[in-house]
Amino acid sequence: MTTALKAPADRRDPVRRGGTARPRRARGALRPWIYLLPAAAVLLPLFGYPIYMLGLLSVFDYRQAQVSGGEPTSFIGFENYATLFGDEKFWSVLAATVAFAAVLVVATLAVGAALAVVLTRAGRVPRLLLSLAAMAAWAAPSMTGSTVWMFLFDSDLGLVNQVLGIEGYNWFYDQWVTFGIVGATVVWHSFPFVMVTLYAGIQAIPGHVLEAAALDGASAWQTFWRVIVPMLRPLITIVVIQSIIWDFKIFTQIYVMTNGGGIAGQNLVLNVYAFQTAFGSSEYGLGSAIGVIMTLILLVVTLFYIRALYRSGEKL
Amino acid sequence: MTRARWIANVVAVTAAAVTFFPIYWMILSAFKPASEIQSLNVRPWTFAPTLEHFQRVLGGENFGRYFLNSLGVALAVVLLSALVAFLAAVAVTRFKFRMRTTVLIMFLIAQMVPIEALTIPLFFLVRDLGAVVPGVGLNTLGSLVLVHLAFSLPFAIWMMRGFVAAVPEALEEAAMIDGASRPVILWRILFPLVAPGLVATSVFSFITAWNDFIFARTFIISAKDNQTLPSALLVFFKPDEMDWGGIMAGSTLMTIPVLVFFIAVQRRLIGGLGGAVKD
Repeated sequence: MTTALKAPADRRDPVRRGGTARPRRARGALRPWIYLLPAAAVLLPLFGYPIYMLGLLSVFDYRQAQVSGGEPTSFIGFENYATLFGDEKFWSVLAATVAFAAVLVVATLAVGAALAVVLTRAGRVPRLLLSLAAMAAWAAPSMTGSTVWMFLFDSDLGLVNQVLGIEGYNWFYDQWVTFGIVGATVVWHSFPFVMVTLYAGIQAIPGHVLEAAALDGASAWQTFWRVIVPMLRPLITIVVIQSIIWDFKIFTQIYVMTNGGGIAGQNLVLNVYAFQTAFGSSEYGLGSAIGVIMTLILLVVTLFYIRALYRSGEKL
Repeated sequence: MTRARWIANVVAVTAAAVTFFPIYWMILSAFKPASEIQSLNVRPWTFAPTLEHFQRVLGGENFGRYFLNSLGVALAVVLLSALVAFLAAVAVTRFKFRMRTTVLIMFLIAQMVPIEALTIPLFFLVRDLGAVVPGVGLNTLGSLVLVHLAFSLPFAIWMMRGFVAAVPEALEEAAMIDGASRPVILWRILFPLVAPGLVATSVFSFITAWNDFIFARTFIISAKDNQTLPSALLVFFKPDEMDWGGIMAGSTLMTIPVLVFFIAVQRRLIGGLGGAVKD
């Protein structure tokens, strides 16, 4: 009798529900799913299904003739992938994408981290000015950022050529010079995120730690590498991986500034290459295969990201 | 003032000037008379600001229409994604259920998918969808709202999660003891409390939709009236004689709304990112 009375009271467990941050046990196990329903209704058909379809298209011979219904679509297994792996162009674009992303990540990190340290040491007004300028660069749409930088480096009317007195020099002719200009635009857009995140991280380091370093006679350089970097390692890992993900899938800047991939496609990166293969040459199956390869590479990077999140103590 | 502080100030001010310069140049060029843009004697100021580029852009090329299209799409995405993300964030922070972690990791993985590659399947999906529901087929603004909603949601949910978790559960429990129903707690208590976070999250949804040009370019093929700003900007790109005045005026029109939005909520934004990056 007593146990029968006690059992329901236990299940409600009034003590444990008081105030703690632990997610409460749902009375109806369905309720969280009801709240997730709208998200699922959007994401499954418009995100999940297209990913599945991307994989499916990549194993079919799907070109203009099949799209218009002139020829039947045929399953060709991994032939699209075989075509890609046997194509020198694919490998050179892949190499360019990896190299471009690597340089961008290093440059973004260097600029962002250096300015984060500068922010901690600067006075109130300079700090405010830099924060506002960084916000503006961060907020600027990648499309308009691209147009402005193109204008600055325009061969006839660009400010850079006029100041340097090298009128007529075309910055978008040589493959590596072009990558350089596009890269500068990307870094301009993305360093504010790194700067703001690391600045917040440095601010969170207890003041007495930095004071102790200063008392022990550590220089700014030593303090940065021996104190700040080790203490912020989890945060830095996350910022690095985020940057890798972003810089690996650069699209707008390349597409707009190099007019779809540069002279003879010399400035293509994978993302633009996939798009151009599909919509430029109507090789939808082949383009999808490039998309799948990109997604797989990014998936591996994301797994590292998730591990880093776990290590930083993120409660998933 | 110590020497270190002095150097830091100089570096900070210089970096600020360099960073802001492209934006300054864009706005300046938008107001410069065509003759000064063409002039080989470039000057970083103008004494004869003009609205000629804005007039040409807004009048001749139907830019005003595109501006409203972009704004409409972005606002629809912001409203829908705020509601959907709020509910989903409540689900993953306030409840313990099987597969909760799996769902969270799915939202995380979704953020890294190269969405540009998804234009290929989505093009065919939207084409087929249009045959059934005309409002969301190719050439419609509805199709853009749908895809941008889908692409802004994973990050919005991830970010909202931090804001919902920051609200003490005791508040909801007190309301529950007072006899408030679930919907009342959700909409009258929790919703107003996370509203600031919702605004910050909305900035990112807004930017996703506002900045996009790849989907607009892929989906809006023949219906010129349904074009949005970014792809309309490409109209001014002419191989031999770029209309820089027009491009800069169009770029300015496109940048200002985001800039204002961004700076207005910047404090919450950083707080929210902290929440999104690290609890």
